Amino acid sequence: MQVKLKVFRYNPETDKKPHYETYTVDAQPTDRVLDVLEYIKGYMDGTLSFRRSCAHGVCGSDAMRINGRNRLACKVLVKELGSRITVEPILGLRVIKDMIVDMEPFFDHYRSVMPYFVNDEPVPGRERLQSIEERERFDDTTKCILCAACTTSCPSFWVNQQYVGPAAIVNAHRFIFDSRDRGGAERLRILNDQFGVYRCHTIFNCTLACPRDIQVTQAIGEVKKAIATGKLD
Amino acid sequence: MKPHQFDVIVVGAGGAGLMAALYASRTAHTAVLSKLYPTRSHTGAAQGGVGAALGNIEEDHPDWHTYDTVKGSDYLGDQDAIEFMCSEAVPAVYELEHMGLPFSRTKDGRIAQRPFGGHTNNQTGKPVRRACYAADRTGHMILQTLYQQCLKNRVNFFDEFHVVDLILSNGAAAGVVALQLSTGELHTFHAKSVIFATGGHGRIWEITSNAYAYTGDGVAITLRRGIPAEDMEFFQFHPTGIYKLGILITEGVRGEGGVLINQDGERFMTRYAPNVKDLASRDVISRAMYLEMREGRGINNQRYLLLDVRPETVNKYAALDGRKFPDGSPYRVTAEEILGKLPDIIDFCRTYLGVDPIAQPMPVQPTAHYAMGGIPTNKFGEVVVDESNTVLPGLYAAGEVACVSVHGANRLGTNSLLDLIVFGKFAGLRAAEYANQATFQPLPADATDFIRTQFDALLNNTGTEKATDIGNDMKSVMMDHVSVFRTESGMQEALEKVRELKERLKHVQVGDRGKIFNTDLLNTWELGNLLDLAEVTTVSALARQESRGAHAREDFSKRDDANWMKHTLAWLGESGVELRYKPVVKTQYEPKERVY
Repeated sequence: MQVKLKVFRYNPETDKKPHYETYTVDAQPTDRVLDVLEYIKGYMDGTLSFRRSCAHGVCGSDAMRINGRNRLACKVLVKELGSRITVEPILGLRVIKDMIVDMEPFFDHYRSVMPYFVNDEPVPGRERLQSIEERERFDDTTKCILCAACTTSCPSFWVNQQYVGPAAIVNAHRFIFDSRDRGGAERLRILNDQFGVYRCHTIFNCTLACPRDIQVTQAIGEVKKAIATGKLD
Repeated sequence: MKPHQFDVIVVGAGGAGLMAALYASRTAHTAVLSKLYPTRSHTGAAQGGVGAALGNIEEDHPDWHTYDTVKGSDYLGDQDAIEFMCSEAVPAVYELEHMGLPFSRTKDGRIAQRPFGGHTNNQTGKPVRRACYAADRTGHMILQTLYQQCLKNRVNFFDEFHVVDLILSNGAAAGVVALQLSTGELHTFHAKSVIFATGGHGRIWEITSNAYAYTGDGVAITLRRGIPAEDMEFFQFHPTGIYKLGILITEGVRGEGGVLINQDGERFMTRYAPNVKDLASRDVISRAMYLEMREGRGINNQRYLLLDVRPETVNKYAALDGRKFPDGSPYRVTAEEILGKLPDIIDFCRTYLGVDPIAQPMPVQPTAHYAMGGIPTNKFGEVVVDESNTVLPGLYAAGEVACVSVHGANRLGTNSLLDLIVFGKFAGLRAAEYANQATFQPLPADATDFIRTQFDALLNNTGTEKATDIGNDMKSVMMDHVSVFRTESGMQEALEKVRELKERLKHVQVGDRGKIFNTDLLNTWELGNLLDLAEVTTVSALARQESRGAHAREDFSKRDDANWMKHTLAWLGESGVELRYKPVVKTQYEPKERVY
């Protein structure tokens, strides 16, 4: 099938401002959008720039706005979109070149919520024990690949980029609800901030955007509840 | 630009690199350089599990794990290193758990374990549950956990710094050169110890499970600096890649009871591996699949077979095999349990194939997956540069880029994640220990000249060749002639083609002439790495006139221990590839015929 791919273009070395270019490509319906972008880069315009690595939705490199929705380019097929496809960088982060945005503010927010296991008690000679139910409690938020699709789909983040954003809260949730972790109170204190969880107005864009099907809004709600009640349940 | 200075530089931020960084940074000033953001690394794509004889579900011992690994390696693995890895496996997995890794759990709260190909109870020969797992995203959880711990321990990261050269001085490591993607500037990093943890090179082949980033940078860079590559003819084809796409379907599917089926509806592995059937090791199954397809039993006579994990199929064959739960009751699964244990696999199939594995079998074909060969090291991660294992001071390698060798001619599933954590750790410890007693070697005045010459050659020629065409030709000829089955004439044809492609690369047209995120230039440079490795792989494979593990020759179909129980060392020079050999380390396991 013939696909018209309209692509956001910006090269800071040659362009005063961004523009769009349209490429007409022969594609298979089962091609990933990433395959089409690779074809354009390989045969039509080597300057087209985007990040990618695993090409099957687990590394989180290629989050983009595809027909207005945040998707991973490697996890959406042409047949799902039809013959007219628009590809743009994710919103709320500075565009460096074409689809490549500055990820540092995103990772700064991530790093701010203590996204690591805290437990200074002496370790047993074997594994710590955890029941199947305790492990299940935070299973959903362990799936996050830090692609930024959620955070950059959030209107609250678009309005104010100091908001820590859904991805950071998801990664805090992953530890707050881990029965082995001891840093929960400190993380809740961090998120109980003017730029913390209360910026979330349950718009659900994040949940719709997540390529890993994480129930992001629900996770944020659970963190809000834990802050309000002081209890983890 | 002024050089950066660190005691230890780690190149690559996957499992091995992050483990090395965690350990090195405890006592030495350490930085990690990675061409990707660390969490994008390919460790994150590993699914099924990490092997360790915890014995959480049934009896198991590190020496059983050792024997299975030696046998799986087709007796090419170094037995001292394998013993070391398998005994270090148990504390290493506990350590990951202590770092917070969310392993799946057993009913009594311990780390869950599942069967995997080639891992057996050495007394009964039956599959043993040794793979410690976190659903079907064990690699993802290892990568995330190690990155999190590195953040906690304030390790220095240079993200999106693509290392493109190694600096040697006075016969020792002195640092690396890296290109900063966001500016296009070359940076010199002065270091006492350099650890390469750059991963593999499966992008040489058309059908591969490997990420775009898997372009063999580490081996290519060290080859250019006169360091040999070991056992490059051994590259693993994983039996179950998604048809045409190559995306990995974990062996855990077969661990949970899934079976491979041919056009006749037959579970054909019973003919090739009567004892463990679909849980034979990967080389054995990939060859069986090629033979089935060659004999016209591919599905609709196409180049794929079916992997069936529908509950009714699993339960039917489990009953025929007499498979039991640990408590002795008959093994049975429900759709819900399959979904719980293999969520990502099911998602991949739904997304890319429109197939729901709970209701339909998955179309699969062997996919280029893992480099057993790489930069030669000893079991402490020190790079060794000749037949007598002479250490190059200050240079280390760990993970897929390295060849210790613990995988020999064929790696067992779950031993790659194990390799990362064990040898990443010891490389990090050794590198820091060395750095703390060594002095900085002087940097050459022209540290960036060698790589500038390479980039200029790509940018300044007036040719019209497309890198994509050259890459596709390489992938196609390597898939046809240097994959699961090999012959002299086919490999000769591949070698001539690869050498022709290397010539064509000299006339490549790089479309992007800019500085900022010039991924066009870097991808073209990476293609040069792949071509160098394709050449070394093919020359090493042509010379080895036997069949062993993943290297299966139709013209030399038997293993030949008298002449070939030895490691290949390959040097790449202007005039081609030079081969020499070094002995395999044997402790207590005499080579035997390998039957599953």
